[in-house]
Amino acid sequence: MPLTDSLRDDILASVPSLRAFAISLSGNGDRADDLVQETLLRAIANIDSFQPGSNLPAWLFTILRNLFRSDYRKRRREVEDAEGNYAKTLKTQPAQNAHLEFEEFRQALDKLPQDQREALILVGASGFSYEDAAAICGCAVGTIKSRVNRARSKLSALLYVDGAEDFGPDNTVRAVIGGNGG
Amino acid sequence: MKEVKKQGGLNAEIQSRIGHQLRAMYDDVVRQGVPDRFAELIRKLDGPEAATAAQGGGEPDKNNGGS
Repeated sequence: MPLTDSLRDDILASVPSLRAFAISLSGNGDRADDLVQETLLRAIANIDSFQPGSNLPAWLFTILRNLFRSDYRKRRREVEDAEGNYAKTLKTQPAQNAHLEFEEFRQALDKLPQDQREALILVGASGFSYEDAAAICGCAVGTIKSRVNRARSKLSALLYVDGAEDFGPDNTVRAVIGGNGG
Repeated sequence: MKEVKKQGGLNAEIQSRIGHQLRAMYDDVVRQGVPDRFAELIRKLDGPEAATAAQGGGEPDKNNGGS
């Protein structure tokens, strides 16, 4: 369909969530904005292939996701070359109140296999249905469901190793108990 | 049927906490809105020429001499 004003507005309205998706995927703000820019360029260049009335955000997310994956493949070699530098770029945190918990969560998310991470973000944060997420990732709905489940259990293993243990009344209490015991 | 679902220590509290953290991270970015560079980009790229130029990025450069 042609790039009408209203379509342009709709694309614009998707930018905040596209950025959030890109940052969640890549863990790097600068790279995420490059991805978003590339996504917008491609979307507009290929606007003819967008079906009027279909899900625009899902269409845009598909473009971004595919770009990220091809970019990721390219970068893997760089990672092997310069692992230290890459690791540094992963640690872009939103600063200020940069609470430890957020940092830990970000790191745990980065440890997930890419398939699982993207599925979890699409369903758990972007709010896509399993069906839309499956379309974005080009796989079956059941596959998305199992990726999301695996992502959740892996995150909980990484963050809360022994499950409920971390959910005692207070970590301080545990620390005190631990200290007395030592 | 007395089948108890056991999910290797995955309890509801942990799951809700993970969901909360994930959305907090995500929404933090969403709340930043649309950076100017993207608003401008979308405003500018409404001509077919612009779209064609952008499309060129996907393929090995084939210079068509311009003009």
